[in-house]
Amino acid sequence: MNALAAGHGVNRVELGVVLFFFVIVTFGGFLAVRWRRGESMQSLDEWGLGGRGFGTFITYFLLGGDLYTAYTFVAVPAAMFATGAVGGFFAVPYTIVVYPIIFIFMPRLWSVSHRHGYVTPADFVRGRYDSRLLALAIAITGIIATMPYIALQLVGIQAVLDTMGIGGSGNTFVKDLPLIIAFAVLAAYTYSSGLRAPALIAFVKDGLIYLVIIVAIVYLAVKIGFGGIFDAAETKMKTKTKAGLPTGSFIPASSTYWAYGTLAFGSALALFMYPHSVTAVLSGRSRNVIRRNAAILPTYSLMLGLLALLGFAAIYEKTSVFGQDGKANAQLAVPHLFDQIFPDWFAGVAFAAIAIGALVPAAIMSIAAANLFTRNIYREFLKPDATPANEARVAKITSLVVKFGALLFVLGMDRQNAINLQLLGGVWILQTLLSIVAGLYTRWFHRWALLAGWAAAMVYGTVIAYRQTVPNATTTLVNGKPKVTVHGMRHFGTSLADFPGTNTKVYIAVTALLLNILIAVVLTVLLRVVKAPEGTDATEAADYYSDAPSKRVAVAAAEATAGVEGRPA
Amino acid sequence: MSSDPVQPPAPSHPSRPLPPGAMALAGVLLLIPLVALALVPTYAKDGPQLWGFPFFYWYQFLWVFLASGFTWAAYLVIARARRGGDR
Repeated sequence: MNALAAGHGVNRVELGVVLFFFVIVTFGGFLAVRWRRGESMQSLDEWGLGGRGFGTFITYFLLGGDLYTAYTFVAVPAAMFATGAVGGFFAVPYTIVVYPIIFIFMPRLWSVSHRHGYVTPADFVRGRYDSRLLALAIAITGIIATMPYIALQLVGIQAVLDTMGIGGSGNTFVKDLPLIIAFAVLAAYTYSSGLRAPALIAFVKDGLIYLVIIVAIVYLAVKIGFGGIFDAAETKMKTKTKAGLPTGSFIPASSTYWAYGTLAFGSALALFMYPHSVTAVLSGRSRNVIRRNAAILPTYSLMLGLLALLGFAAIYEKTSVFGQDGKANAQLAVPHLFDQIFPDWFAGVAFAAIAIGALVPAAIMSIAAANLFTRNIYREFLKPDATPANEARVAKITSLVVKFGALLFVLGMDRQNAINLQLLGGVWILQTLLSIVAGLYTRWFHRWALLAGWAAAMVYGTVIAYRQTVPNATTTLVNGKPKVTVHGMRHFGTSLADFPGTNTKVYIAVTALLLNILIAVVLTVLLRVVKAPEGTDATEAADYYSDAPSKRVAVAAAEATAGVEGRPA
Repeated sequence: MSSDPVQPPAPSHPSRPLPPGAMALAGVLLLIPLVALALVPTYAKDGPQLWGFPFFYWYQFLWVFLASGFTWAAYLVIARARRGGDR
């Protein structure tokens, strides 16, 4: 156990344990190429969707590893530690309600994608609405929402490295070397093994995470008792700040009911619009794989809720959140708590869990972004006669570009930028919901109306989020005492804003979605009146509930021919 | 002619829509957790406490299990309605 003041040395035991697991995972990642091997890796179905043959068990770990990211594991308790329930605990109802919701519509997306060989949600929109532009809008939204999410996985790894005593001082290159190496290795095995790599590594990640959380919770329950933890949190949240406001919310007050509810439901609706979620779902073998997983994935939500409570435990334990750079950073709350309460070797296990927890989603996200680029930009606009082998090659290279882009972003810019962009990403990705989910049920909406609604909501959401300013405060330790310095105001301070015409705070993504729907409905009616061309729907009613056993040969064969013919010039 | 980028493979396992009764029952089962958690004022309170957990916290933890149960029940309803034809 370490003194947590800034500038302590590297903890060799912790580092050794983390390296041990990193080596295991690296072997797994490279060997995954042989796992459940298909005919050939030379297609997106194999590289980008793992052969579309994963059963309930593998999908459970893959989706769990994909959705509950390292950043979630760091950021949710950090929010609990800093501001309490509204900013942090909404993650629990969010990850509860998401499953009944996806139970309803995801099987339809799976079916139509399976019947038509769609790899991305934008593929579906392209086929359904016969609009290259709308599909491009969906694809670009997916890519720009995913990029900062990948960057934040690196931020999760950084929090762990910082806790172990790596990365404080010295020149930038040496400081960031561990992160660069970890990402280079990740990029290499994602390149060669595709989606099979994170699917295999997810077993290690989830096993470690479950182990760490259970041990932490048992320790806290026995050692402290939950009553004490909640009391400490309540005291902190009710303490008035200098501005005379409470520090945070212990239990949401009536003024924040809408904020809590819209954060939970808005985030839940957005989660399965992210390309990486869709990628993991489409890699499933059948509709029932999705439905069964909707029922069993809440086990991860339970764990996330317990993890959130660790933020309160850090309040009780008076965990220091000062990093190697001497600045306070709430994201260090959980890594520092582990460092404080666990013996070094087990803290190492916990850090390995977080670090590997970053690699799995980063891999899947980069694959999903690569699929989008390849299908909906490269093949659609640049090389219409691309063969499946061309596609696989382009996707592999794109996955490298995406990861190194995220790495440069994190190394070159302030961490706050990645956080801001990820907040915006949530607002953006929800604006693809109408085209995708409504499209699964009805062709009523006009493609141009959907495009207009999307564009308006993207601009609106971005502007409103930009306008949310908060004091740009930095807390440093001066003579052992925290000292707050404020450098003006910063934008993107919160994901909540007043609902137009009221004083009620709601999640900006939800307000933007309502605007999106309103515009799409009005314009659809108008476009009907003027008889604007609607395009040809490539799908039919039966496609949405068909359940075919995986026919990867048929799909691959269909793709090989369809790549050359059957498309407009 | 369709302008679909990829021609569909032959339907190897045709399926049909669910009977309306099963669909409605599954829908209700799925709706229950959504409604329960949407009603934030019903659970944003401190007591009664359980093992030191304020009501707000233990109630939402409880819904993790309940929602999982309702979703599994909806799955069984659908699977039964399909008589195992859907797997």
